[in-house]
Amino acid sequence: MSESDDLIREFLIESHEGLDRLDQDLVELEKDPRNRETLGSVFRAIHTIKGTCGFLGFTKLEGVSHVGESLLSRLRDGDMVLDADITTGLLGMVDAIREILAAIESTGAEGDADYTAVIQRLQELNEQKGQAARTVAAPAAPPVAAPAVVEVPSAAAPAAPAPPPPAPVAEAVVAHAEDAEPVTTDDRKGAVSDSSLRVDVGLVDKLMNLVGELVLARNQILQFTTTQNDASFVNATQRLNLVTSELQEGVMKTRMQPIGNVWSKFPRVVRDLASMCGKQVRIEMEGKETDLDRTIIEAIKDPLTHIIRNSVDHGIESPADRIARGKRAEGTIRLRAFHEGGQINIEISDDGAGIAAEKVRQRALQRGLVTTDQSQRLSDHDVIKLIFLPGFSTAEKITNVSGRGVGMDVVKTNIEKIGGTVDIQSVAGSGTTLKIKIPLTLAIIPALMVSSGGERFAIPQVSLLELVRLEGMQASSGIERIGKALFYRLRGNLLPLVHLHSALRLDPVNTTDDAVNIVVLKADQRQFGLVVETVHDTEEIVVKPLGKQLKGLTAFAGATIMGDGRVALILDVLGLGQMAQVVSETRSSGNAAAASSEAAASTSEDTRTLLVFQASERDRMALPLSLVARLEEFPRSLLEQSGDRTVVQYRGEILPLVSLARYFHRPEAQVDPLQVIVFSFHDQHVGLIVERIVDIVQQVVVVDQRHRRRGIIGSTVLQQQVTDLLDADAVIADAGLFEAAVA
Amino acid sequence: MTPSEFAHATDQRTPPRQVATFMLDQLYFGVEVLKVQEVIRYQELTRIPLAPPVVEGLINLRGQIVTAIELRRRLGLADRKDGALPMNVVVRTSDGVVSLLVDEIGDVVEVAEAQFEQAPDTLAGPTRDLVRGVYKLKDRLLLLLDEERAAVVDGSDAGERAH
Repeated sequence: MSESDDLIREFLIESHEGLDRLDQDLVELEKDPRNRETLGSVFRAIHTIKGTCGFLGFTKLEGVSHVGESLLSRLRDGDMVLDADITTGLLGMVDAIREILAAIESTGAEGDADYTAVIQRLQELNEQKGQAARTVAAPAAPPVAAPAVVEVPSAAAPAAPAPPPPAPVAEAVVAHAEDAEPVTTDDRKGAVSDSSLRVDVGLVDKLMNLVGELVLARNQILQFTTTQNDASFVNATQRLNLVTSELQEGVMKTRMQPIGNVWSKFPRVVRDLASMCGKQVRIEMEGKETDLDRTIIEAIKDPLTHIIRNSVDHGIESPADRIARGKRAEGTIRLRAFHEGGQINIEISDDGAGIAAEKVRQRALQRGLVTTDQSQRLSDHDVIKLIFLPGFSTAEKITNVSGRGVGMDVVKTNIEKIGGTVDIQSVAGSGTTLKIKIPLTLAIIPALMVSSGGERFAIPQVSLLELVRLEGMQASSGIERIGKALFYRLRGNLLPLVHLHSALRLDPVNTTDDAVNIVVLKADQRQFGLVVETVHDTEEIVVKPLGKQLKGLTAFAGATIMGDGRVALILDVLGLGQMAQVVSETRSSGNAAAASSEAAASTSEDTRTLLVFQASERDRMALPLSLVARLEEFPRSLLEQSGDRTVVQYRGEILPLVSLARYFHRPEAQVDPLQVIVFSFHDQHVGLIVERIVDIVQQVVVVDQRHRRRGIIGSTVLQQQVTDLLDADAVIADAGLFEAAVA
Repeated sequence: MTPSEFAHATDQRTPPRQVATFMLDQLYFGVEVLKVQEVIRYQELTRIPLAPPVVEGLINLRGQIVTAIELRRRLGLADRKDGALPMNVVVRTSDGVVSLLVDEIGDVVEVAEAQFEQAPDTLAGPTRDLVRGVYKLKDRLLLLLDEERAAVVDGSDAGERAH
C-alpha cells in the first residue's frame, strides 16, 4: 500500500516538473513550430505521463493525455504544423492534466470533473488538421514512428471506465523502457535531469547546521595544530581543513535555486493573457541564473506573477495603439535579476503606456487616499507610488485580469514581509519599471571584514568601491571639514566621511597605527567613505537574519559567524549612510519608521543635503551638494583673462569662472584667495566664485517659490535664516559658457 | 501579542507540571520546561551597537545566531557584579529562539496546580508584567516567568509595526 503511495508521489513530482517545462516549450514552439528538438521534448513529457498513469490506473488522465499524445506525435512526425489553435488546444490539455494531478494529490483520486470537451477539441484538431495537411498515412492509423505498442492498449482506454487489464500494463512498461533508450542517447537535457536528485529541505537545513559545527571544530583543531610538530598530524589537519571548506560550500549551494525556476512559467502567463486581451507581448529575461534562497523564491512567486499580469493588462497597449504611437506592434516585458549591495534586485519593465502621474493624482483624490494639499506637494515619482496604497486601481475598466483595486498593495506587503522593498518608475507613454530589492536572508556573499571600536563588521563586497589609506601627513591634512561634516578629496571629488565607531556610538580604540583607513562605499548612486580602524581580509560569509528584537536597527543587514566561531554583524551600507546622513534618499517609509526616531526624522522623504554659502555679503544661498564636484581656492594672482571671460588654469584644463556677486549685481568682496565651487556641466567644468562657504546642512527643504527669479529657484529657511536656492544651471547658461554643449 | 496573551490566559488555568528554575538577584524564577530548548554555560557575546540596552548581544548556538537578553535589565534589577558570568537559558518563543541571561541554574522542579497563585499585588514594576504567577513551594516562592513577554524588547515593537 505504502509502496504504491510512494509511486504516486513520485509520479506527481515528476509530472509537475514535466508540465512546467511543457508550458515553456509550447510557447516557444509557437514561435518556431518546426523545432524538432522542442517537439520531441514536449512529446516525451506527455508520453511519460500517459505511460505512467496507465500503469497506476488513472484512466481519466490517461484519456486526456492520450489524445494529446496522438496530436503531438503527428506534429513531431511533420504530418502537421503547429499553429495558434493547436497550441491553445494543447495548453488546454496541460491545464486539464494539472487539474487532475491536483485532485490526485489532495484526494488520491482523479476527481469528478469532466474533460470530454478538452478531449473532443483535441480530436477535432487532430482530424481537421489531418485532412487539411497532405497526409501520408490515414488519419486514424497510428503514426509510424510512435511506439505502436503503447498506442494499441491505450487507444481503447479513454472511454473505458474500468482500470486497464494487466496485460497492457506490462506492455506499456516495456514500451516505456524501450522508449527511454533513445531519450538518453539523443537528448542531453534528459541526461541532466537524470543527474539531479530531490532532497527534503529539512534535511538540507540539518546538514547546513552540522557543517557549521564541523567548521567550528575544524577551526579549533587548526588552532591546536599550531602547537604541534607531528608532520602527519599537521598533514591530516590540512586535509580536514580543505575538505571541510569544500563541504561547507557545497551544502550552502544546495539551498540556492536560480530565479529562472519562477520565471519559467511567465512565458505561458504572458501568452495566455496577451491573447485574451488581444495584444502582442514578448517577454525577455536576463539573469535567469541569479541564485536565491528557496524560501525567497517561494515568497516572490505570486507578487511577480501579479506584476506581470498588470504589465500585460494595463501596461502594454493594443497593437493599433502602439503603432499609432510609433512603437512596434509587439510590446516587450523585460525581467532582469542581479545581485547588488548584498541584495537581489529584480526589475520588471515594460515599454507600454506608462502611468500618467496626473491620473493617479486625480484617482487618489477621488478615493480620498490623499488630501488636495498633500497631492499637490507630492512629486510625480511619489504620486506614482500611491498605486501601492490599498484600494487603489487606475484601470479604466475593470477586467477579469486585474483592476479590482487589490493588487499592488498586496504585492508591496508580500515583498516587505520578506524584508524587501519595491519602487516604481514610470514615464507616461514610454513604459513602467518596477524595482524590487530583496535581502539575501540566507546566501553566501563575499564581504570585507573591518574593525571599529573593538568590534568586527562585515561589509558586503557589492557596496564596496575602493579602499583608501592615508598615512603620515596625508592622514592629518587630507581630511577637511565643512561645518561638522568631514570630507576627503578623492581624485578631486568631495567624498563625505563617516567614522564607523561614531556612527555606531562605540568608543574609538587607540591604535598604534596613525594611518586613516577609508572604505569607499556606494549606496543608492551616492558615494561615501567609512573610516574604520582596521581593514582585514575579504571572506565569503553566510548571511543570517537578526532576531525580531533587532529589526529596528537599520545599520545592520544581518549577522554572520566567523571562522573563530564568533558572531559578526553585517553592515547595511544604505541604512548606515542614511543614519549618518550622507545618503538622503529613503528606501521605503516602512523601514524609515523602523529606524530610531532621530534617524527617521532626518531621513524623511524630502531631506536634502545642501551646501550653504554667501554669494555676496547680503546673499545667503544654497545648492544641492550632489551638484558640486569640488570646492577650490585660487589665489587672485592665478586669474587670467580669455576674451571677456575670467579663467584659471586648473588640472591641465582651462576652468571658466563666473562671479555670483556680479551675476546678482552685488559688489564683489575682495577676498583672496577666491572661494570657488566647481561644477561638472556637460562633461566640462565651470567654477562659481562665491564669497564664503558656510556649511553643509541636511534637512527637509520646503521651497517657497514667491521669491523665484532668474537664477533663483526659490527660498527656504536653513539654520533659522532665509536662504535662496541657487539655480546653477540657469546661472551657467546665462554666462554663455557652453552654448555649443547645451545646444 | 495575541498568541502570548492567549498562552498567558490558558496557562493560568492549567499550570505546567515541570519548571526549569534559575536564580536572578535572590529571586527564584522558573520557565515552563517545554519552552526551554537548552541551558548552556556562559558564551562569548558579540555586542550590538545601537541596540536597546536589554539586548546583551548575539551568541553562536552551533551555527544559529541567537539574541541574548539580559534578564536582570529586562526585570529592572541591578546589573550583575563585575566578573560574574551569566548562564544562558535558551527558550523558544513565537518570535524565535532567544537566550535569557540568568545568574545561576537550578533544578527542574515538579509543581502542582494547588500551589499556584496569581502574582501578589505587592509585586511591582517590570517583574509583575513578566511573571505569570507564583508557586508557593515548601521553603520558598517560585516566580513563573512569561518567556514570551520577556523576549519582547523596546524597538522590536517598532519593527513589528513597520512590517
